[in-house]
Amino acid sequence: MSQYLKVILQFLLLVLFQVLVLNNIRFAGYANPYLYILFILMLPYELPGWLLLIISFITGFTIDLFSAQQGIHTAATVFAGFLRPGILKLVLPKQDSVSGNYPSLQAMGVQTFLTYSVILVIIHHFSLYLLEIFRFSEIFRTMLRTGLSSLLTLILIIITQYLFYFKHQSDS
Amino acid sequence: MQTLLALLVKHKFFLLFLVLELIAFTMIINNTYYQRYILINNANKVTGTVYQWKAGVSEYLFLKKVNTSLALENARLHERIERYQLGSEETHTYPQDTLTENKFEFIPAKVISNSINKRNNYLMIDKGQQHGIKPDMAVISSDGVVGIVINTSDKYSWVMSVLNSNAKINGRFLNTNFQGSLSWDGKNYRIGTFSDVPSHVNITTGDTIVTSGYSFIFPPDIMIGTVKDYYIDKGDHFYTATLLFSADYNNISHVYVVRNNERDELLSIITDISI
Repeated sequence: MSQYLKVILQFLLLVLFQVLVLNNIRFAGYANPYLYILFILMLPYELPGWLLLIISFITGFTIDLFSAQQGIHTAATVFAGFLRPGILKLVLPKQDSVSGNYPSLQAMGVQTFLTYSVILVIIHHFSLYLLEIFRFSEIFRTMLRTGLSSLLTLILIIITQYLFYFKHQSDS
Repeated sequence: MQTLLALLVKHKFFLLFLVLELIAFTMIINNTYYQRYILINNANKVTGTVYQWKAGVSEYLFLKKVNTSLALENARLHERIERYQLGSEETHTYPQDTLTENKFEFIPAKVISNSINKRNNYLMIDKGQQHGIKPDMAVISSDGVVGIVINTSDKYSWVMSVLNSNAKINGRFLNTNFQGSLSWDGKNYRIGTFSDVPSHVNITTGDTIVTSGYSFIFPPDIMIGTVKDYYIDKGDHFYTATLLFSADYNNISHVYVVRNNERDELLSIITDISI
C-alpha cells in the first residue's frame, strides 16, 4: 500500500514541479528540462505492461493540459513507456540480481542507472521536440535542443537521486 | 477466430501502445488546426487557475520593470494626445469622420504563462470569452506585436506567440511602405526574419518595420522591430532581413487584445467574392 502511495505522491510532486517551476526556465533560449520523465523511469519493476502504458499516457496527458500544444507530451511519454521494458532488459541482463522494487541510482549503481536514464531521456526528448515542430527540415536544431535539454534533465535526475539517497540513509 | 484472439492477446502490449499513440496523434493533429473542443475548454479552467495562482506570486518580482514600461507607454500616449490636440486646433473646421471611429477596441489583459525557448511558443492571458475575446484577435503590448489568440475558455485564452513556427505576420517598412512577411526561425527570441522584400527596395540597418494592416487581425502601424541585417540569396529576387524585435518577449506581463469591429463585415465581403 505504502508503495502505491509513494508512486502517487511522486507523480503529484513531479508534475507540479514541472508545471510550476521547470516550465518557466528559459535557459539559453533553447533548453527546457523535463524532469517529469523521472516518474516513468522510477516506476516499479513488477508493473504489468498495459498499466505502464496507461500510466505513461496519463502522465503525458497531464503535462499536456498545461501547454497550448496538446498531445506531444502524451505521445512522447507513451513511447518512452513502451520502450522502458526493452531498455531495462538491455541494461539489466540478469533480472534476478536486481535489488529494490524500482530502478534507482542507489539500487542499480551509477553506471547502469545512467545508461538506462540517458537512453530513455534522449528518446523521450527527441520525440518530444520532433513532434513539436512536426517536420524534419530543422533536424539539426531539433537535435541540438534534444542534447541541451537532455543534459539539463539528466543533471536534475542525478541531483534528485542523491537527495533521495541521503534521505534513505537518514531513515535507516 | 481463436488464432486471431490468441494473436491479439499475445501482442496486447504493442496493440495498446498503438491505440494510445493514435489518441495522442489525433490530439496533436487536431490541435494543429486550432480546433477547439470541450476538453480543452474545461482543461483551461483548471490550468488557468493554477497559472493565475503562480502569476499572482511571480508578479511581484517584476513590478519595477512593469511600472517603468507602463510609465513609458503613458508618456508616449500623452505625447500623442498633445500632437492630436495641436493638429485639431488647426483643422477643427473639418467634420469628424465618425465611420472610422472605434474600428479597433483594446482589451487589457495580463499574461499568466509564457515561454520563449520552445520552437512553438504560446502565452496564456487572464481574459476569455466573458470579456469578449475570440480566436483570431491580435495581441499587442506597449512595445509591439505579441501574437494571435487561438483558443479561449470563459476566463482564459491561449495566444500563439510571434515566436512560433505557425505564426506569419504581414509587415511593412515604415519609411518606404514595401511589404514583407515576418517569421521566426527558432534560434534567438530577440531576432525575427523578415522575408519576401523585393530586391529593388533600399534597405538600411535600423529601418523600422510595422504591421501592414492588410490582414484583418492586426491593426496597422503596430511596431514589430528594426532591421539588424539583410541579405539576398543567390538567384533570388527577394531580400531577407533579420530584425530585432521591439518587444522583449522574455519580459511580457501586460498586453492588449485587439478587437477589429469591422472584421465580420470584411470577411463577409471575401466570402461573397469567393462564391
